[in-house]
Amino acid sequence: MIDNPALSSINQALADNGDTRPLVRVIDLKKHFPIRQGIVFQKTTGQVRAVDGISFEIDRGETLGLVGESGCGKSTAGRTLLGLYPATTGESYIAGQHVQTAKGEEWMLIRRQAQMIFQDPFASLNPRWTVNAIIGEPLRVHNLIESDTGRVERVKELMALVGLDDRYINRFPHEFSGGQRQRIGIARALASDPLFLVCDEPISALDVSIQAQVVNLLEDLQARLGLTYLFIAHDLSMVRHICDRVAVMYLGVIVEMSPKDELYEEPLHPYTQALLSAVPVPDPKQARKRKRIVLEGDVPSPINPPPGCRFHTRCPIAQPHCATHEPEWREIQPQHWVACHEVEPKFRS
Amino acid sequence: MSALMTPATKHDQPDKRPILLDVKNLEVCFHTPEGTVYAVNNISYQVREGEVLAVVGESGCGKSVSMMALLGLIPKPPGDIAGGQAFFMDRDLLPMSEEELASIRGGEIAMVFQDPMTSLNPVLSVRRQMTESLLRHYDMTGEQAEKRAIELMELVGIPDPERRLGDYPHQFSGGMRQRVMIAMMLACNPSLLIADEPTTALDVTIQAQIIELMVRMREHLGLALIWITHDLGVVAGLAERVIVMYAGMIVEEADVDNLFENPQHPYTLALLGALPRVDRRRDSRLKSIPGAPPNLLIAPRGCPFAPRCEYTFDRCREERPPLFSISAGQHSACWIDLATGKPRER
Repeated sequence: MIDNPALSSINQALADNGDTRPLVRVIDLKKHFPIRQGIVFQKTTGQVRAVDGISFEIDRGETLGLVGESGCGKSTAGRTLLGLYPATTGESYIAGQHVQTAKGEEWMLIRRQAQMIFQDPFASLNPRWTVNAIIGEPLRVHNLIESDTGRVERVKELMALVGLDDRYINRFPHEFSGGQRQRIGIARALASDPLFLVCDEPISALDVSIQAQVVNLLEDLQARLGLTYLFIAHDLSMVRHICDRVAVMYLGVIVEMSPKDELYEEPLHPYTQALLSAVPVPDPKQARKRKRIVLEGDVPSPINPPPGCRFHTRCPIAQPHCATHEPEWREIQPQHWVACHEVEPKFRS
Repeated sequence: MSALMTPATKHDQPDKRPILLDVKNLEVCFHTPEGTVYAVNNISYQVREGEVLAVVGESGCGKSVSMMALLGLIPKPPGDIAGGQAFFMDRDLLPMSEEELASIRGGEIAMVFQDPMTSLNPVLSVRRQMTESLLRHYDMTGEQAEKRAIELMELVGIPDPERRLGDYPHQFSGGMRQRVMIAMMLACNPSLLIADEPTTALDVTIQAQIIELMVRMREHLGLALIWITHDLGVVAGLAERVIVMYAGMIVEEADVDNLFENPQHPYTLALLGALPRVDRRRDSRLKSIPGAPPNLLIAPRGCPFAPRCEYTFDRCREERPPLFSISAGQHSACWIDLATGKPRER
């Protein structure tokens, strides 16, 4: 068992200073991608509004799940809040640092403190690099360890931390299975002693028996290193298992966010309700009893999202005003946020 | 809505429906430069008329290969059907010529694949692809085929089929493309539809639509369905009977209720333990299965699951377990009786 004194000391220091602010803050973040036409004289003919105004906070040591169907903007949201994509408008803060304006050393600090784990363990590792080079790269980039031997030692420590045999340090990614490759990706992300990890569909490409291994590893690492996760996924069962709170995205906006059990047991937004009812349950008797809300049609294009509430074109309870007025993002019960005209606050005293 | 949950599961009475497909001792291997890959090892199963059979397993367990072998879709070489028989309505599919198979494929037996974008031809219009099998299998004029294609597209819930018929595959969304595939497969009234992970590439709400469609089609047309998947959740809501495969072997076969309530193979048990539940509060960590599936380049001695199994004892490493009959309709290839914890004898 290797502890990470560097990291726990950062967390400790912040706690000692009475810093109980959320580690991550996202305020009305937008990311629009221009659609350009023409080869020489390019002009912008439209915008893909991939992320269109999302706000949330993540506390230290917390796991926030960001769920939604493909194309809803959840991956773009993760990358934009890390500063990997420049935000169109809005801001994000990681450990108090303003991501959008950070430059030079500040920027390098954010890059160190926030890391990303990618979906595809085949595409996200350089096939020509050894495990040593891959995991050691952040150590070199951030000048964390000067000596070569020191770096190799640290890489071996990291390999042990994620359950890889350090004898394989000079092997190449193709010599590993999918689950092992994902462990390499996790070790690389941990190399710079991050506080915050964006896990972008980290288990979607893995087989069921391997998924549980990786999820348990992520939980162990969080407990040991005090990590904060943004867990982006479309597997709602796994999100319920691993997350503390869950935010549901649809077409570039968050439609509902709440502590997980409340969200799964009492979803308020009609989209959340439909999404949850569509998740298959591995229990035939339950499956026969469950009522499924099958949504009609497909998700509209984010180029011209529907006016008013974006979900109104598929919503089973849509009213005329839903097509014209954008619903307000309201905290309807403590910690339970929803953007829907038709949801009434029930528990307000 | 409720159609989704109503596969007939009358497992207390013997199933009297006639047997449609009878696969016996099928063996498929691939001869590669690295050696022979034993992809399917001596599997036998039957499908009755109108039945929904799910074949479950992780990637590389041989679930797709075993189905493609039936339809002559394995490239030979390197593929090799090393043994077995597969009777479809009393005709053995395996020795058939390409010509004979071509008349069965897309006719009596149809297959839907995971990724509709790769199974549809991107440069041909949907009209051309939809009418192809109709013109091939039936004596129809182009106009009749087109009319039938429009009917089929309506049947699978594609809005505005007359207009969409001239569109190309990229103009459809993933879910709509899969509907086009299903419509094509239904064109010739197959009696058996093999669906290979048809919803894996789709989002959950679209997956729910496609599953509902398939169940409705099955009830409407009375066809038998073999659903290949890795998702036990999908199986629970859809199948009547389930085959669990591991390393090219059938490790367990049971009707759907027994499989989930009373799994008899350690691999099935482990898979169910590794699944989080969307409908329950978390009560513990996931039980992960240590290790990874075996390398099929080495013909395994003993049980292929033995290295990852918590019940392993000496015999498991030495001798491959046969498929023991546990009760009516339930079989398990394991040397341990999970109910009593005692070893089984041949």
